[in-house]
Amino acid sequence: MKYTQGNYRIVKKENLAKNCYDFTIACPEIAEIAQAGQFAHVKINGFSLRRPISICEVDKENGTIRIVFEIRGEGTKALADCNENTLIDIIAPLGNGFTLLDSSKKAIVIGGGIGVPPMVEVAKHYRKNATAIIGFRSANAVILNEDFDSLGANVMLCTDDGTMGQKGYVTTALATRLEQETADIIYACGPHLMLKGIIELANKYNIRCEVSLEERMGCGVGACLVCACKTVKDGKEYFAHVCKDGPVFDSKEVIL
Amino acid sequence: MANLSVNFAGVTFKNPIVPASGAFGFGREYEELYPLSTLGGISTKGTTLEPRNGNPAPRIAETPSGMLNSVGLQNPGIDSFLEHEVPYLATKDTRIIANIAGSTIEDCVETARRIEGSAVDMIELNISCPNVKEGGVAFGVNCNSAQTITEAVRNVTTKPLMVKLSPNVTSITDIAKAVEAGGADAVSLINTLLGMKIDINTRRPILRNNVGGLSGPAVFPVAVRMVWQVANSVSIPVCGMGGVSTWKDAVEMMLAGASLVQIGAALFDTPFAPMKIIDGLNQYLDDNKIENINDIIGKVQPW
Ligand SMILES: Cc1cc2nc3c(=O)[nH]c(=O)nc-3n(C[C@H](O)[C@H](O)[C@H](O)COP(=O)(O)OP(=O)(O)OC[C@H]3O[C@@H](n4cnc5c(N)ncnc54)[C@H](O)[C@@H]3O)c2cc1C
Ligand SMILES: Cc1cc2nc3c(=O)[nH]c(=O)nc-3n(C[C@H](O)[C@H](O)[C@H](O)COP(=O)(O)O)c2cc1C
Ligand code: FES
Repeated sequence: MKYTQGNYRIVKKENLAKNCYDFTIACPEIAEIAQAGQFAHVKINGFSLRRPISICEVDKENGTIRIVFEIRGEGTKALADCNENTLIDIIAPLGNGFTLLDSSKKAIVIGGGIGVPPMVEVAKHYRKNATAIIGFRSANAVILNEDFDSLGANVMLCTDDGTMGQKGYVTTALATRLEQETADIIYACGPHLMLKGIIELANKYNIRCEVSLEERMGCGVGACLVCACKTVKDGKEYFAHVCKDGPVFDSKEVIL
Repeated sequence: MANLSVNFAGVTFKNPIVPASGAFGFGREYEELYPLSTLGGISTKGTTLEPRNGNPAPRIAETPSGMLNSVGLQNPGIDSFLEHEVPYLATKDTRIIANIAGSTIEDCVETARRIEGSAVDMIELNISCPNVKEGGVAFGVNCNSAQTITEAVRNVTTKPLMVKLSPNVTSITDIAKAVEAGGADAVSLINTLLGMKIDINTRRPILRNNVGGLSGPAVFPVAVRMVWQVANSVSIPVCGMGGVSTWKDAVEMMLAGASLVQIGAALFDTPFAPMKIIDGLNQYLDDNKIENINDIIGKVQPW
């Protein structure tokens, strides 16, 4: 793992949906090595703990990364108040990203709500060979669907209340998709219940699956052991650490 | 540049700044940012005889100016520590302080015994972890048991022995005197203060363990007070910690009587904290025309 800490400029700020923000940050040395699925540990003035936010997109040419986050509490609220040209202190890139296969393989990327952002960089790798199944509560929470569209991915948009795209959960959409055609790999990030359903389907169709998990963090780099999550390795249960062993895990290893 | 080196319980540290046990793992992760050789020493993650899984997550909660943790001594066990971590740290030109704990006196004794003959420079016996059911703080809140366990470990090791004290006691000076009588070469304090945080919407504690150890700037004044009291009641050296996040805090801690200073929670917010503190100490000494850092230890002038 190679990471850096520094103060980096927010070069673009956008409000994607109610309480959801999109920052593009100039940080060439991070962009240089960042991979899909890794995260940034963001310091927010006035708070003792940093906030982990997934890297949504990496632009190596322009030396920028993009993070998309939702206001969930006091910290993310203060982060949302940061404006273009302010410097933010981040440690990145952290954790293990998704395993990317040859881009000619068929991939399904699935995101639920604020689990959608890390899927953009994955879809960018597979482009037209990617199916993006993204789910939200309602039309007003939909984010990033156009990003997947412009990458050439086949987008299946779902909302719980049917106000946009198809009505229902991403797991239903995935089941339909898998009845039609198999895939080489599935990537997913979102609530535990959603991940559970996806893992069941991946097992049923015997498709490799990687999921990204969340846990509260201290150091973000693997030193403090606070971000424990239960996993199985060699048939034995053990506490892995989301920040260093994850956030991406093989679905066969996780216990949800 | 001033002389930052201190002699602590017979061990020479090139500077008094040491990342605290539990916040720095075994050093590997932070070596991505700076060479470990710049540190006075490293107090390694609390290690027990057998490997431990620790407590279920969430294991951390944010509090005003601090944090609560309930890791519960997750560690790979002493044999793995000696096989994989010590040889690595031994190449880093810094002092290795092995922080150890156990559920029983026998466990602590056996753990210390296995360290004998390794490259470890000093043992820090943790009798103050608030996050484990057995052992841990149980030894550290009673003078008799604190003295007994210190004596037992003292008997099996020739390494300098530092005992880490709990602030969750009525009289920390009594405990400090007891471990001094038990043969400790030094004391370190403070471990975390027992605390709790409740989510008012779910009405559940944030920590799965319900309670956890408070550290960070919130505990700093408590730590300074305790270091000062202990430094004035024992004749063995004191290693101070608890909420140190800037060089000014480190100076304060040393004026109160600490000859080594450990940095814990500050690392999460500022991974470069130890480097910044070492630079700041140098500057402070130069600005005040003090040539030797030992000249500030315990030099507070109380009213
Ligand atoms: C690897 C990883 C990637 C993430 N990626 C994104 C992302 O791309 N976009 C996004 O909007 N959110 C993401 N999150 C969740 C995000 O970190 C939390 O929503 C955020 O920390 C909440 O902070 P707060 O101050 O608003 O909430 P508060 O509840 O006030 O925070 C208090 C403490 O709890 C921690 N905490 C609270 N909720 C979470 C959570 N869900 N996960 C981890 N820690 C939490 C905070 O970090 C803080 O230490 C990610 C989490 C992880 C672990
Ligand atoms: C996440 C975490 C894990 C810790 N684990 C240990 C441990 O294994 N052994 C120990 O003696 N102290 C442990 N501590 C206590 C610290 O070493 C230190 O005494 C305490 O955090 C106060 O210092 P601080 O305010 O600088 O963090 C831990 C603290 C934290 C925050
Ligand atoms: S947050 Fe410190 S080990 Fe994961």
